[in-house]
Amino acid sequence: MIRVVLPAHLRSLAGVSSELSLDVADPPTIGGVLDALESAHPMLRGTLREHGGGARRPFVRFYACEEDLSHEPADSLLSAEVVSGKEPFLVVGAMAGG
Amino acid sequence: MTGVRILVGTRKGAFIITSDGDRRDWEVSGPHFPGWEVYHVAGSLLDPERIYAAPSGGWFGQVIQRSDDGGKSWNPVGNEFRYASETGTHQWYDGTPHPWEFARVWHLEPSLHDVDTVYAGVEDAALFRSTDAGATWSELPGLRTHPSGSSWQPGAGGMCLHTVLQDPVDPQRIFAAISAAGVFRTDDGGQTWQPKNHGLHSEGIPDTDAEVGHCVHRLAMHPSRPQTLFMQKHWDVMRSDDGGDNWREISGNLPTDFGFPVAVHAHEPDTVFVVPITSDSHHFVMDGKLRVYRSRSGGDEWEALTTGLPQENCYVNVLRDAMAVDSLDSCGLYFGTSGGQVYASADSGDSWAPIVRDLPAVLSVEVQTLT
Repeated sequence: MIRVVLPAHLRSLAGVSSELSLDVADPPTIGGVLDALESAHPMLRGTLREHGGGARRPFVRFYACEEDLSHEPADSLLSAEVVSGKEPFLVVGAMAGG
Repeated sequence: MTGVRILVGTRKGAFIITSDGDRRDWEVSGPHFPGWEVYHVAGSLLDPERIYAAPSGGWFGQVIQRSDDGGKSWNPVGNEFRYASETGTHQWYDGTPHPWEFARVWHLEPSLHDVDTVYAGVEDAALFRSTDAGATWSELPGLRTHPSGSSWQPGAGGMCLHTVLQDPVDPQRIFAAISAAGVFRTDDGGQTWQPKNHGLHSEGIPDTDAEVGHCVHRLAMHPSRPQTLFMQKHWDVMRSDDGGDNWREISGNLPTDFGFPVAVHAHEPDTVFVVPITSDSHHFVMDGKLRVYRSRSGGDEWEALTTGLPQENCYVNVLRDAMAVDSLDSCGLYFGTSGGQVYASADSGDSWAPIVRDLPAVLSVEVQTLT
Protein backbone atom coordinates (compact mmCIF):
# COMPACT_ATOMS: atom_id res chain seq x y z
CA MET A 1 0.00 0.00 0.00
CA ILE A 2 1.25 3.44 -0.85
CA ARG A 3 0.54 6.26 1.58
CA VAL A 4 -0.69 9.51 0.02
CA VAL A 5 -1.10 12.81 1.86
CA LEU A 6 -3.38 15.41 0.32
CA PRO A 7 -3.55 19.17 1.00
CA ALA A 8 -6.46 20.39 3.11
CA HIS A 9 -8.65 21.60 0.22
CA LEU A 10 -8.46 18.24 -1.50
CA ARG A 11 -9.03 16.29 1.71
CA SER A 12 -12.24 18.26 2.13
CA LEU A 13 -13.23 17.71 -1.47
CA ALA A 14 -12.57 13.97 -1.27
CA GLY A 15 -14.19 13.68 2.14
CA VAL A 16 -11.12 12.16 3.80
CA SER A 17 -9.55 13.32 7.02
CA SER A 18 -6.10 11.83 7.05
CA GLU A 19 -3.60 10.20 4.77
CA LEU A 20 -4.79 7.63 2.27
CA SER A 21 -3.53 4.14 1.54
CA LEU A 22 -3.73 3.13 -2.08
CA ASP A 23 -3.12 -0.01 -4.06
CA VAL A 24 -1.11 1.06 -7.08
CA ALA A 25 -0.68 -1.06 -10.18
CA ASP A 26 2.75 -2.55 -10.83
CA PRO A 27 5.17 -1.14 -11.55
CA PRO A 28 4.36 1.67 -9.11
CA THR A 29 4.91 5.03 -10.78
CA ILE A 30 3.97 8.65 -10.17
CA GLY A 31 1.27 8.38 -12.80
CA GLY A 32 0.08 5.14 -11.26
CA VAL A 33 -0.41 6.82 -7.89
CA LEU A 34 -2.42 9.59 -9.49
CA ASP A 35 -4.48 7.06 -11.46
CA ALA A 36 -5.24 5.13 -8.29
CA LEU A 37 -6.04 8.32 -6.41
CA GLU A 38 -8.47 9.53 -9.07
CA SER A 39 -10.02 6.09 -9.37
CA ALA A 40 -10.67 5.88 -5.64
CA HIS A 41 -11.83 9.50 -5.41
CA PRO A 42 -13.24 10.61 -8.79
CA MET A 43 -14.02 14.09 -7.51
CA LEU A 44 -10.26 14.75 -7.58
CA ARG A 45 -10.16 14.43 -11.35
CA GLY A 46 -9.10 17.71 -12.85
CA THR A 47 -7.79 19.11 -9.57
CA LEU A 48 -4.28 17.61 -9.65
CA ARG A 49 -3.76 17.33 -13.37
CA GLU A 50 -5.80 17.97 -16.46
CA HIS A 51 -8.66 15.60 -17.13
CA GLY A 52 -7.74 12.31 -18.80
CA GLY A 53 -4.36 11.99 -17.12
CA GLY A 54 -3.06 15.21 -18.60
CA ALA A 55 -0.49 17.72 -17.41
CA ARG A 56 0.02 18.50 -13.73
CA ARG A 57 -1.68 21.70 -12.68
CA PRO A 58 0.96 24.43 -12.31
CA PHE A 59 0.52 25.02 -8.57
CA VAL A 60 0.37 21.34 -7.60
CA ARG A 61 3.57 19.68 -6.44
CA PHE A 62 4.49 16.06 -5.72
CA TYR A 63 7.12 15.34 -3.06
CA ALA A 64 8.51 12.15 -1.54
CA CYS A 65 11.57 11.35 0.53
CA GLU A 66 12.54 15.03 0.59
CA GLU A 67 12.66 15.12 -3.20
CA ASP A 68 10.55 17.21 -5.57
CA LEU A 69 9.04 14.79 -8.07
CA SER A 70 6.83 17.38 -9.72
CA HIS A 71 8.82 17.57 -12.91
CA GLU A 72 9.52 13.85 -13.21
CA PRO A 73 7.78 11.97 -16.03
CA ALA A 74 4.57 10.22 -15.07
CA ASP A 75 6.11 6.82 -15.72
CA SER A 76 8.93 7.43 -13.23
CA LEU A 77 9.20 4.59 -10.75
CA LEU A 78 8.59 5.39 -7.11
CA SER A 79 11.34 4.78 -4.58
CA ALA A 80 11.37 1.66 -2.44
CA GLU A 81 10.59 3.76 0.65
CA VAL A 82 7.35 5.02 -0.91
CA VAL A 83 6.41 1.64 -2.33
CA SER A 84 6.94 -0.03 1.05
CA GLY A 85 4.87 2.60 2.83
CA LYS A 86 7.79 3.80 4.90
CA GLU A 87 7.53 7.26 3.36
CA PRO A 88 4.36 8.99 2.05
CA PHE A 89 3.75 10.45 -1.38
CA LEU A 90 2.90 14.08 -0.71
CA VAL A 91 0.54 16.15 -2.87
CA VAL A 92 1.23 19.79 -2.05
CA GLY A 93 -0.40 23.07 -3.01
CA ALA A 94 2.55 25.24 -3.98
CA MET A 95 3.33 28.28 -1.91
CA ALA A 96 1.81 31.18 -3.82
CA GLY A 97 0.28 34.51 -3.06
CA GLY A 98 1.40 37.19 -0.73
CA MET B 1 -42.64 28.18 5.69
CA THR B 2 -42.54 31.35 3.67
CA GLY B 3 -39.12 32.86 3.62
CA VAL B 4 -35.97 33.53 1.68
CA ARG B 5 -32.66 31.79 1.24
CA ILE B 6 -29.78 33.98 0.09
CA LEU B 7 -26.91 32.27 -1.70
CA VAL B 8 -23.69 34.21 -1.37
CA GLY B 9 -20.48 33.44 -3.25
CA THR B 10 -17.30 35.05 -1.91
CA ARG B 11 -13.57 35.09 -2.48
CA LYS B 12 -13.15 32.52 0.27
CA GLY B 13 -16.21 30.31 0.30
CA ALA B 14 -19.99 30.35 0.10
CA PHE B 15 -22.56 31.36 2.69
CA ILE B 16 -26.25 30.61 2.92
CA ILE B 17 -28.43 33.09 4.78
CA THR B 18 -32.04 32.36 5.60
CA SER B 19 -34.96 34.21 7.09
CA ASP B 20 -38.72 33.98 7.35
CA GLY B 21 -41.03 36.23 5.40
CA ASP B 22 -40.45 39.16 7.76
CA ARG B 23 -36.78 39.25 6.76
CA ARG B 24 -35.68 40.77 10.04
CA ASP B 25 -33.81 37.90 11.69
CA TRP B 26 -31.22 36.01 9.73
CA GLU B 27 -29.40 32.74 10.13
CA VAL B 28 -26.01 32.46 8.46
CA SER B 29 -24.45 29.13 7.55
CA GLY B 30 -20.97 28.73 6.19
CA PRO B 31 -18.40 29.08 5.00
CA HIS B 32 -19.16 26.27 2.62
CA PHE B 33 -16.07 25.29 0.61
CA PRO B 34 -13.85 27.47 2.82
CA GLY B 35 -10.85 28.90 1.05
CA TRP B 36 -12.28 28.32 -2.43
CA GLU B 37 -13.24 31.23 -4.63
CA VAL B 38 -16.96 30.84 -5.29
CA TYR B 39 -17.98 32.91 -8.26
CA HIS B 40 -21.59 31.79 -8.18
CA VAL B 41 -24.19 29.81 -6.27
CA ALA B 42 -27.58 29.29 -7.89
CA GLY B 43 -30.75 27.40 -7.04
CA SER B 44 -33.34 25.83 -9.27
CA LEU B 45 -36.73 27.50 -9.58
CA LEU B 46 -38.24 24.09 -10.33
CA ASP B 47 -36.75 22.45 -7.22
CA PRO B 48 -35.50 25.03 -4.71
CA GLU B 49 -33.73 22.33 -2.72
CA ARG B 50 -31.37 21.83 -5.64
CA ILE B 51 -28.52 24.30 -5.56
CA TYR B 52 -25.30 24.44 -7.55
CA ALA B 53 -22.05 26.11 -6.54
CA ALA B 54 -18.92 26.80 -8.54
CA PRO B 55 -15.85 26.82 -6.29
CA SER B 56 -12.54 27.33 -8.06
CA GLY B 57 -9.00 28.32 -7.32
CA GLY B 58 -5.58 28.77 -8.81
CA TRP B 59 -4.22 25.62 -7.22
CA PHE B 60 -6.83 22.99 -7.89
CA GLY B 61 -8.95 24.44 -10.67
CA GLN B 62 -12.69 24.18 -11.04
CA VAL B 63 -15.08 22.11 -8.97
CA ILE B 64 -18.85 22.03 -9.19
CA GLN B 65 -20.84 21.15 -6.09
CA ARG B 66 -24.51 20.24 -5.93
CA SER B 67 -26.88 20.19 -3.01
CA ASP B 68 -30.24 18.42 -3.10
CA ASP B 69 -31.30 19.54 0.36
CA GLY B 70 -31.22 23.31 0.18
CA GLY B 71 -27.53 23.66 0.94
CA LYS B 72 -27.34 21.51 4.05
CA SER B 73 -25.08 18.99 2.35
CA TRP B 74 -23.05 19.10 -0.84
CA ASN B 75 -21.55 16.62 -3.26
CA PRO B 76 -19.03 17.29 -5.99
CA VAL B 77 -20.36 16.60 -9.49
CA GLY B 78 -18.73 16.86 -12.91
CA ASN B 79 -16.00 19.42 -13.44
CA GLU B 80 -14.78 18.63 -16.94
CA PHE B 81 -15.43 21.59 -19.23
CA ARG B 82 -13.95 20.51 -22.52
CA TYR B 83 -14.55 22.74 -25.53
CA ALA B 84 -16.50 20.80 -28.14
CA SER B 85 -14.36 21.56 -31.15
CA GLU B 86 -11.08 23.03 -32.30
CA THR B 87 -10.81 26.11 -30.15
CA GLY B 88 -8.92 28.47 -32.40
CA THR B 89 -8.02 31.85 -31.00
CA HIS B 90 -9.55 35.03 -29.70
CA GLN B 91 -7.70 38.32 -29.28
CA TRP B 92 -5.49 38.86 -26.28
CA TYR B 93 -5.20 42.18 -24.46
CA ASP B 94 -2.42 43.27 -26.79
CA GLY B 95 -4.40 42.33 -29.90
CA THR B 96 -2.48 39.16 -30.65
CA PRO B 97 -4.28 35.83 -31.20
CA HIS B 98 -4.63 33.81 -28.01
CA PRO B 99 -5.78 30.20 -27.74
CA TRP B 100 -9.11 29.60 -26.09
CA GLU B 101 -8.43 28.16 -22.62
CA PHE B 102 -10.87 27.17 -19.91
CA ALA B 103 -10.22 29.15 -16.73
CA ARG B 104 -13.31 28.96 -14.53
CA VAL B 105 -17.08 28.96 -14.30
CA TRP B 106 -18.48 32.43 -13.76
CA HIS B 107 -22.18 31.75 -13.74
CA LEU B 108 -24.52 28.82 -13.24
CA GLU B 109 -28.08 29.05 -14.51
CA PRO B 110 -30.46 26.21 -13.68
CA SER B 111 -33.00 25.65 -16.43
CA LEU B 112 -36.47 27.11 -16.12
CA HIS B 113 -37.84 24.19 -18.06
CA ASP B 114 -36.10 21.00 -16.92
CA VAL B 115 -34.97 20.28 -13.39
CA ASP B 116 -31.86 18.34 -14.41
CA THR B 117 -30.63 20.89 -16.92
CA VAL B 118 -28.24 23.63 -15.88
CA TYR B 119 -26.14 26.05 -17.93
CA ALA B 120 -22.64 27.25 -17.11
CA GLY B 121 -21.08 30.41 -18.49
CA VAL B 122 -17.32 30.10 -18.44
CA GLU B 123 -14.04 31.92 -19.06
CA ASP B 124 -12.73 31.80 -21.80
CA ALA B 125 -16.18 32.62 -23.01
CA ALA B 126 -18.37 29.67 -23.84
CA LEU B 127 -21.69 28.23 -22.77
CA PHE B 128 -21.89 24.70 -21.38
CA ARG B 129 -24.97 22.68 -20.51
CA SER B 130 -25.54 19.70 -18.29
CA THR B 131 -28.70 17.64 -18.67
CA ASP B 132 -27.87 15.28 -15.80
CA ALA B 133 -27.80 17.71 -12.90
CA GLY B 134 -24.15 18.58 -13.29
CA ALA B 135 -22.68 15.11 -13.67
CA THR B 136 -21.44 15.82 -17.20
CA TRP B 137 -21.10 19.00 -19.22
CA SER B 138 -21.25 19.64 -22.96
CA GLU B 139 -20.47 22.85 -24.73
CA LEU B 140 -23.01 24.55 -26.97
CA PRO B 141 -20.28 25.43 -29.46
CA GLY B 142 -22.35 27.58 -31.79
CA LEU B 143 -21.70 30.59 -29.59
CA ARG B 144 -17.92 30.31 -29.28
CA THR B 145 -17.58 29.45 -32.96
CA HIS B 146 -19.61 32.43 -34.11
CA PRO B 147 -17.66 34.08 -36.97
CA SER B 148 -16.90 37.03 -34.73
CA GLY B 149 -15.26 34.82 -32.07
CA SER B 150 -11.72 35.38 -33.26
CA SER B 151 -12.19 39.12 -32.66
CA TRP B 152 -13.47 38.86 -29.08
CA GLN B 153 -11.22 40.37 -26.43
CA PRO B 154 -11.19 39.85 -22.68
CA GLY B 155 -12.31 42.52 -20.29
CA ALA B 156 -10.02 43.28 -17.39
CA GLY B 157 -11.51 40.40 -15.41
CA GLY B 158 -11.04 37.87 -18.20
CA MET B 159 -13.07 36.89 -21.24
CA CYS B 160 -16.06 35.62 -19.37
CA LEU B 161 -19.55 34.56 -20.24
CA HIS B 162 -21.22 35.98 -17.16
CA THR B 163 -24.93 36.24 -17.90
CA VAL B 164 -27.39 33.60 -19.07
CA LEU B 165 -31.02 34.68 -19.38
CA GLN B 166 -33.70 32.22 -20.37
CA ASP B 167 -36.98 33.19 -21.94
CA PRO B 168 -39.55 31.80 -19.51
CA VAL B 169 -42.05 31.16 -22.30
CA ASP B 170 -39.85 30.01 -25.17
CA PRO B 171 -37.30 27.36 -24.09
CA GLN B 172 -35.47 27.82 -27.38
CA ARG B 173 -34.58 31.44 -26.66
CA ILE B 174 -31.57 32.20 -24.47
CA PHE B 175 -29.51 35.36 -24.07
CA ALA B 176 -25.85 35.26 -23.17
CA ALA B 177 -23.57 38.18 -22.40
CA ILE B 178 -19.81 38.19 -22.68
CA SER B 179 -17.18 40.68 -21.57
CA ALA B 180 -16.07 42.10 -23.86
CA ALA B 181 -17.99 40.79 -26.83
CA GLY B 182 -21.54 41.78 -25.96
CA VAL B 183 -24.97 40.19 -26.09
CA PHE B 184 -25.84 37.11 -28.15
CA ARG B 185 -29.21 35.44 -28.58
CA THR B 186 -30.20 31.99 -29.69
CA ASP B 187 -33.70 31.11 -30.87
CA ASP B 188 -32.95 27.45 -31.47
CA GLY B 189 -31.90 26.21 -28.07
CA GLY B 190 -28.28 27.18 -28.40
CA GLN B 191 -27.31 25.81 -31.79
CA THR B 192 -26.90 29.18 -33.49
CA TRP B 193 -26.39 32.62 -32.04
CA GLN B 194 -26.76 36.18 -33.27
CA PRO B 195 -25.12 39.29 -31.84
CA LYS B 196 -27.71 41.61 -30.29
CA ASN B 197 -25.82 44.82 -29.72
CA HIS B 198 -27.50 47.31 -32.06
CA GLY B 199 -27.77 50.63 -30.31
CA LEU B 200 -24.82 50.12 -27.98
CA HIS B 201 -22.15 52.78 -28.10
CA SER B 202 -18.79 52.19 -26.41
CA GLU B 203 -16.01 54.74 -26.45
CA GLY B 204 -13.44 52.15 -25.47
CA ILE B 205 -13.48 50.28 -28.76
CA PRO B 206 -12.24 51.46 -32.16
CA ASP B 207 -15.64 51.23 -33.86
CA THR B 208 -17.87 52.66 -31.16
CA ASP B 209 -21.07 51.05 -32.46
CA ALA B 210 -19.56 47.78 -33.66
CA GLU B 211 -21.69 44.66 -33.96
CA VAL B 212 -19.55 42.95 -31.27
CA GLY B 213 -16.90 44.08 -28.81
CA HIS B 214 -18.99 45.83 -26.15
CA CYS B 215 -18.27 45.26 -22.50
CA VAL B 216 -21.73 44.30 -21.31
CA HIS B 217 -21.69 43.82 -17.55
CA ARG B 218 -25.11 42.38 -16.82
CA LEU B 219 -28.59 41.79 -18.25
CA ALA B 220 -31.90 41.54 -16.42
CA MET B 221 -35.41 40.58 -17.48
CA HIS B 222 -38.80 40.46 -15.82
CA PRO B 223 -40.35 37.06 -16.44
CA SER B 224 -43.71 38.56 -17.42
CA ARG B 225 -42.10 40.64 -20.15
CA PRO B 226 -39.32 38.63 -21.82
CA GLN B 227 -39.08 41.01 -24.76
CA THR B 228 -37.83 43.75 -22.44
CA LEU B 229 -34.24 43.59 -21.29
CA PHE B 230 -32.24 45.91 -19.10
CA MET B 231 -28.48 46.16 -19.36
CA GLN B 232 -25.70 47.61 -17.27
CA LYS B 233 -22.92 48.15 -19.76
CA HIS B 234 -19.38 49.17 -18.78
CA TRP B 235 -20.68 52.68 -19.15
CA ASP B 236 -24.40 53.26 -19.88
CA VAL B 237 -27.58 51.67 -18.63
CA MET B 238 -29.57 50.39 -21.59
CA ARG B 239 -32.98 48.98 -22.42
CA SER B 240 -34.39 46.87 -25.23
CA ASP B 241 -38.08 46.23 -25.86
CA ASP B 242 -37.66 43.88 -28.78
CA GLY B 243 -35.67 40.99 -27.41
CA GLY B 244 -32.32 42.67 -27.82
CA ASP B 245 -32.74 43.66 -31.47
CA ASN B 246 -32.38 47.33 -30.55
CA TRP B 247 -31.09 49.09 -27.46
CA ARG B 248 -31.57 52.61 -26.19
CA GLU B 249 -29.85 54.37 -23.35
CA ILE B 250 -31.84 54.96 -20.15
CA SER B 251 -29.06 56.36 -17.93
CA GLY B 252 -31.03 59.59 -17.54
CA ASN B 253 -30.16 61.43 -14.33
CA LEU B 254 -27.85 58.80 -12.83
CA PRO B 255 -24.80 60.47 -11.26
CA THR B 256 -22.61 58.02 -13.15
CA ASP B 257 -23.72 55.27 -15.46
CA PHE B 258 -20.75 52.98 -14.87
CA GLY B 259 -21.62 49.94 -12.81
CA PHE B 260 -22.03 46.21 -12.73
CA PRO B 261 -25.38 44.82 -11.53
CA VAL B 262 -28.89 45.54 -12.74
CA ALA B 263 -32.06 43.96 -11.36
CA VAL B 264 -35.79 44.19 -12.02
CA HIS B 265 -38.45 44.36 -9.31
CA ALA B 266 -40.33 41.08 -8.87
CA HIS B 267 -43.79 42.59 -9.33
CA GLU B 268 -43.19 45.82 -11.25
CA PRO B 269 -41.60 45.16 -14.65
CA ASP B 270 -40.68 48.82 -15.07
CA THR B 271 -38.98 49.16 -11.70
CA VAL B 272 -35.25 48.72 -12.15
CA PHE B 273 -32.28 48.90 -9.77
CA VAL B 274 -28.62 49.70 -10.43
CA VAL B 275 -25.64 50.54 -8.23
CA PRO B 276 -23.61 53.30 -9.91
CA ILE B 277 -19.85 53.09 -9.47
CA THR B 278 -17.61 56.12 -9.89
CA SER B 279 -15.79 54.97 -13.02
CA ASP B 280 -13.82 52.20 -14.62
CA SER B 281 -10.68 53.61 -13.08
CA HIS B 282 -12.26 53.95 -9.62
CA HIS B 283 -14.07 50.77 -8.86
CA PHE B 284 -15.88 52.12 -5.82
CA VAL B 285 -19.09 54.04 -5.21
CA MET B 286 -19.19 57.82 -5.65
CA ASP B 287 -18.40 60.30 -2.91
CA GLY B 288 -18.01 57.64 -0.25
CA LYS B 289 -21.77 56.96 -0.39
CA LEU B 290 -23.33 53.58 -1.07
CA ARG B 291 -26.46 54.31 -3.07
CA VAL B 292 -28.78 52.03 -4.97
CA TYR B 293 -30.66 53.83 -7.70
CA ARG B 294 -34.21 52.91 -8.58
CA SER B 295 -36.26 53.83 -11.60
CA ARG B 296 -40.01 53.23 -11.47
CA SER B 297 -40.44 54.29 -15.07
CA GLY B 298 -38.30 51.72 -16.82
CA GLY B 299 -35.29 54.00 -16.88
CA ASP B 300 -34.30 57.62 -17.53
CA GLU B 301 -35.64 58.89 -14.18
CA TRP B 302 -33.75 57.55 -11.18
CA GLU B 303 -33.92 58.12 -7.43
CA ALA B 304 -31.21 57.42 -4.90
CA LEU B 305 -32.02 54.89 -2.19
CA THR B 306 -29.88 55.57 0.83
CA THR B 307 -31.81 54.81 4.02
CA GLY B 308 -29.75 52.39 6.06
CA LEU B 309 -26.80 52.41 3.66
CA PRO B 310 -23.47 54.06 4.62
CA GLN B 311 -23.33 57.64 3.38
CA GLU B 312 -19.76 58.50 4.30
CA ASN B 313 -16.37 56.88 4.02
CA CYS B 314 -17.67 53.96 1.99
CA TYR B 315 -15.53 52.76 -0.90
CA VAL B 316 -16.87 49.39 -1.92
CA ASN B 317 -17.92 47.90 -5.23
CA VAL B 318 -20.89 45.71 -6.07
CA LEU B 319 -20.12 43.12 -8.73
CA ARG B 320 -22.35 42.05 -11.60
CA ASP B 321 -23.76 38.90 -10.05
CA ALA B 322 -24.08 40.37 -6.57
CA MET B 323 -27.63 41.77 -6.58
CA ALA B 324 -30.91 39.87 -6.56
CA VAL B 325 -34.62 40.25 -5.78
CA ASP B 326 -37.02 37.96 -3.99
CA SER B 327 -40.65 37.60 -5.00
CA LEU B 328 -42.42 37.92 -1.67
CA ASP B 329 -45.43 40.26 -1.68
CA SER B 330 -43.25 43.14 -0.58
CA CYS B 331 -40.33 42.68 -2.96
CA GLY B 332 -37.00 42.16 -1.24
CA LEU B 333 -33.71 43.30 -2.70
CA TYR B 334 -30.24 42.10 -1.74
CA PHE B 335 -26.69 42.93 -2.69
CA GLY B 336 -23.19 42.11 -1.54
CA THR B 337 -20.09 44.26 -1.62
CA SER B 338 -16.38 43.96 -2.13
CA GLY B 339 -16.11 44.80 1.57
CA GLY B 340 -17.96 41.68 2.61
CA GLN B 341 -21.29 43.23 3.55
CA VAL B 342 -24.62 41.83 2.44
CA TYR B 343 -27.45 44.36 2.60
CA ALA B 344 -31.14 43.57 2.48
CA SER B 345 -34.25 45.60 1.85
CA ALA B 346 -37.71 44.15 2.44
CA ASP B 347 -39.50 47.15 0.92
CA SER B 348 -38.32 47.47 -2.68
CA GLY B 349 -35.22 49.39 -1.68
CA ASP B 350 -36.85 52.09 0.46
CA SER B 351 -34.83 51.04 3.50
CA TRP B 352 -31.84 48.83 4.04
CA ALA B 353 -30.03 46.95 6.76
CA PRO B 354 -26.87 44.87 6.71
CA ILE B 355 -27.36 41.16 7.27
CA VAL B 356 -23.65 40.51 7.65
CA ARG B 357 -20.76 42.94 7.61
CA ASP B 358 -17.55 40.96 7.56
CA LEU B 359 -17.66 38.20 4.98
CA PRO B 360 -14.88 37.84 2.44
CA ALA B 361 -15.38 39.99 -0.65
CA VAL B 362 -18.75 39.11 -2.15
CA LEU B 363 -18.76 37.86 -5.72
CA SER B 364 -22.38 36.85 -6.13
CA VAL B 365 -25.75 37.04 -4.43
CA GLU B 366 -28.79 35.05 -5.45
CA VAL B 367 -32.02 34.70 -3.53
CA GLN B 368 -34.57 31.92 -3.44
CA THR B 369 -38.12 32.70 -2.40
CA LEU B 370 -39.45 29.80 -0.36
CA THR B 371 -43.16 29.16 -0.06
